[in-house]
This record gives sequence, structure tokens and C-alpha cells, in this order.
Amino acid sequence: MRTCAQSFEGYILRPLGREYGETLLPRNLDITLCDQVFLIAGGLIWNVYFAGLAIAIGFFLAVGVAVAKFSENPLFRVPASAFVFVFRGSPLFIQFFFFYAAFVLLPRSGIDIPLGFVTLTVNTSALTTAQVGGLIVLVLNTTAYSAELFFGALRSIPKGDLEAADAYGMYGLTKFRRVVFPSMLRLAWPSYTNEAIFLTHSTTLVFLSAFPARQQVGEAFYYARYFVDQTFNPFVAYPIVAGYFVLLTLAIIGLFGLMGRHLNRHLPKERRVRYRFRPQYIR
Amino acid sequence: MFSFCTDPSTLPQWQWFACYLTTATHFAFYRSFLMVMLLLAITAPLALAMGMAGAMALRSRIWPLQWLGKGYVNIVRGVPDIVFFLFVPIALGQGIEWVFHHIQCPDWDQPIRQGNDFIVCREAKVPGVNAPAWVRSAYAFSMAVVAFSLVFGAFAANTLYGAMQAVPKAQVETAEAYGMSRTQAFRRVVMPQMWVYAIPGLSNIWQILIKATPLLFLLGLQDAVYWARELGGQKTSLYSYPHPDWRVWYFLVLLCFYLFLTWASEHAFGRLNARLSRGQATAAGERMRKAAA
Repeated sequence: MRTCAQSFEGYILRPLGREYGETLLPRNLDITLCDQVFLIAGGLIWNVYFAGLAIAIGFFLAVGVAVAKFSENPLFRVPASAFVFVFRGSPLFIQFFFFYAAFVLLPRSGIDIPLGFVTLTVNTSALTTAQVGGLIVLVLNTTAYSAELFFGALRSIPKGDLEAADAYGMYGLTKFRRVVFPSMLRLAWPSYTNEAIFLTHSTTLVFLSAFPARQQVGEAFYYARYFVDQTFNPFVAYPIVAGYFVLLTLAIIGLFGLMGRHLNRHLPKERRVRYRFRPQYIR
Repeated sequence: MFSFCTDPSTLPQWQWFACYLTTATHFAFYRSFLMVMLLLAITAPLALAMGMAGAMALRSRIWPLQWLGKGYVNIVRGVPDIVFFLFVPIALGQGIEWVFHHIQCPDWDQPIRQGNDFIVCREAKVPGVNAPAWVRSAYAFSMAVVAFSLVFGAFAANTLYGAMQAVPKAQVETAEAYGMSRTQAFRRVVMPQMWVYAIPGLSNIWQILIKATPLLFLLGLQDAVYWARELGGQKTSLYSYPHPDWRVWYFLVLLCFYLFLTWASEHAFGRLNARLSRGQATAAGERMRKAAA
């Protein structure tokens, strides 16, 4: 039997790859409680990786899509609305399968995109890995959900704010940067916090479906399922992973709460937009 | 299916497809869509009933009942759903077998948990050892129904409780001033009016429920995802209908199926909401009243 220190050393960084710990995962009767605690904790690295990058990239895309959807020009509005509809109207689970199946069909050697003076080679084999392909699906998904939130916020920007901006002679990008964007962000922030939480929770779906976990490199829930398969006892690994996710959720609420305070700093207390935790996990 | 299907390799394109899409396995694929519908049709009323019970418990003045309601709603809503979907069927299955084991084999002396195995006596196995395949899948299906109703019942309980609170207090007080009891006031005043407040939340939950149905696949059921993977995968010439990797097309069909489902229910809920807003003390109800006048 391993001691707790040994399992820590062997498994805490194992989710990064075989070179970072024990080559094999613990099996059958050899599994200790410490193995489960540390291996699942290590897997959280990937949850943070997927959630962090997807939110960071998705945020900018979502602002663009929301503005396009709000636009009066159907050339922007229709594609943006269609994009939001497709990704919000279908299950993320199916989206993973669909995109994986599509990525597998791309030629292995890469695709050359000629850009006139230089040729860009897209590495298509990377797309079939969860770390790249799965991330793309998550980015597209969160972009659609956040765009809908930002779109709602754009619609509810106080008329007075816009009129004040007009009265100051602001227009175009200046008006957007100084008035529209900050107000939109402030109004959408509480629901955007929830979106960040749900996205983090749905990172558990990445290895659950189509994308393979090569070298048994996976996120926290992948390892929890591995342990349940091995021990046939759902009462240990699942509570552990649930506990970690509660902690992760609290961290997100704290982090986003700081930003929310910053966005609301100019308002009196009773006019601030409050955050409420509304769990709605499946997407 | 068709008379010309005897030798698919010699067929022209459209006939080949006609035969290919009507094989027995394809009918299993089509039936799995019905299974999704069936799951939705069974789970939705069950979850609503669970939600109603939960909301009543939350409103109750008997504190153990209220705590029970609070515990149920908060625990289920606080734990990631997928954990729940995988946990409930296994835990429930083991629980049922454990109970049967104690009823039917009282003189069994070995422990049930031996290392990593969960061992009950032969008579306590659910479904039975020689149960036919359809009983097994029906059992797995009902486990899924239980898991779904539990999770969505908690979501619905929260929404319904909020809706009950949203009915203007003055109306309940008026009812009580007329001498109605708490139960009567609830049945005659709160119940008929709460739905207009509940519908947006319930429609949200319904959309989430639709999007949760592919998780059936994780419970080992042969659902649409299973068949899409099975049928779409590359088939060599050993099969009667060889084709390259077509999974992307099968999943595209699934994607469209779900898009249609969410789109259609969005419309249905819109109409329902309009119907329920009639004569209500809300902005939408007021607008309808003015339009009619």
C-alpha cells in the first residue's frame, strides 16, 4: 500500500501526462482514499484550463456576436441569431460528438490556407485532441450563451445613458467604449457569473463523450468515473469530485464578485445589480 | 424492406439509400428518437409532481417538512447534474438489491461489499438473473426516469415556490378576509394564478430537460447517440452496406432533431403564456385587456 505522501507525489501531476508521475493509474484493490483525493484534485488542472481559456476567448467573441445580433442590419443580425440559436438549442453533449466526428474527417496532414504572400498550415491532427478540439467546442458554446446574455443586457441599457452620450456628442466607437459597453457589462455581469459557473461544470463533458483521453490524461470527473468503474462504489469518488466543484464554484463567485464590485462602483448601494446563484447545469 | 434489396452492392444510388435507411438497425435508430420522446413524456409530469410536492413542503408551516423541502432542493441544485445522473442509478440499484438481499436471504453470512465487489445473493438480483433483454433495458430506463425526475423536480420546486410567492399578497389576504382557510385560499386564489409566473421558469427547465436527454447514453441505454455512433462508424466491405465514416451526418441529424424540439417547444410555451396571461394582473395581461377594449 502507498502512503499518502507517495500518492501525492505519484498522482497530483499525473493528469498532465505519464512523465509527471506514475505511469499507470492505481487499480482495483490497490486504490487508497488518498489516491482518489489527489488524482481527482490533479485533474482539476484541466477543468481550469478548459474553463479559463473558453471564458477568456468566448468573452470577446460573445461581445461581437451580441452587438451583431442587436444590429439593425440583417446582414449581421441574421447570422448572429442563427449562431446563437444553433448552439443554445442543441445539447452540448451532441455538439461534442458532432465536432469530433467532423474533425476526424479532416485530412491528417493539415490544411494549407494560402494568404497570398504566406501559406498558413492548420494542424488538423491537433483538432482531434480534447485540448484543442474540445476547447473549440466549449468556446463556441459559451460564446452563444454569453452572447444571448449580452444581447439581453444591450436591450436593457437605460435610455437616459444613451441620450446623455448623444448630448455629449459621442457616437460610434467612442460611445460604445465609454457608455454602451460598460453598462452592458454591468447589467449582464450577475448572469455572466452564472454562465462562467455552468461552463466550468460542463467541462466535465469533454472526456465523457467523443474526445479520447490519451494516456489517461483527463479532467477531474474523468478520474472520478475511472475510480467508480474500478471500485464499483459511487459513494467515495463522486462526493470528492462534487466537493472540488463546490470549491471551484466558490472561487469563481469570489473572483467575479470582485469584478462586479468594480463595475458597480459608481452607483449607490441600492441601485447595484446583485448576483444570485442560479444553478442550471445541463446545456 | 423493399423487394429489390436482396443484393445491395449492385443497386443504383437512390435505391441503395432506400434500402440502407430501412434496415432493421436503422429502425432501432428511429425508435430511439421515440424513446427520447417517451422519456420526456414520462419525466415531465413526474418532475412537475415532485416539484409541486417540494414547493408545498417549502411553504409548509410544519418545520420538519419545510427542512425536508429545503434539503432536497438545495442538495440537488448544488451538486453538478452529471454527478447526479451517474450517481443516482448506481446508488439506487445497489440500494434496491441491498433491501431485497436482506428480505430474501436473511441467513447470508458474507459481507455484501467484498473489496471492490458488491455481492448479493442470486435471488436478490434486480433485474433477475435470467431476465430477458427488454426487462433489463426497461429497468435501466426507469432508473433514468427516477434520476431525471429527482433532479428536475428540485429545479421545478424552486420555480413553483417562487411563483406561489409572486401571487400578490393582497389577494390571499382578501381571500382570508372572506373567511377562507389557508388551504382554501391556496386552492382557489394562489393555484389558478401562479402558473403565469411559473411558466417562464418551467419553460426554461423544460428546455434543459430536452437537452439532458442525450445523457441517457451514459446510463448504458441504446439511445439515439448509441445508434448514431454504431451506424455512422466506418463499415468495411464485410457488411452488406459498406460506407466510410458517416458519424458526422448522423450527429447532424441528431443536432437538427434537438434544434427542432427546442424550437417547437419555445413556440408552444409562447402560446401557453399568452393564454395564461389573459385577465391577469400583469403587464402582459393589461396589454391584452387594452387591446380588446
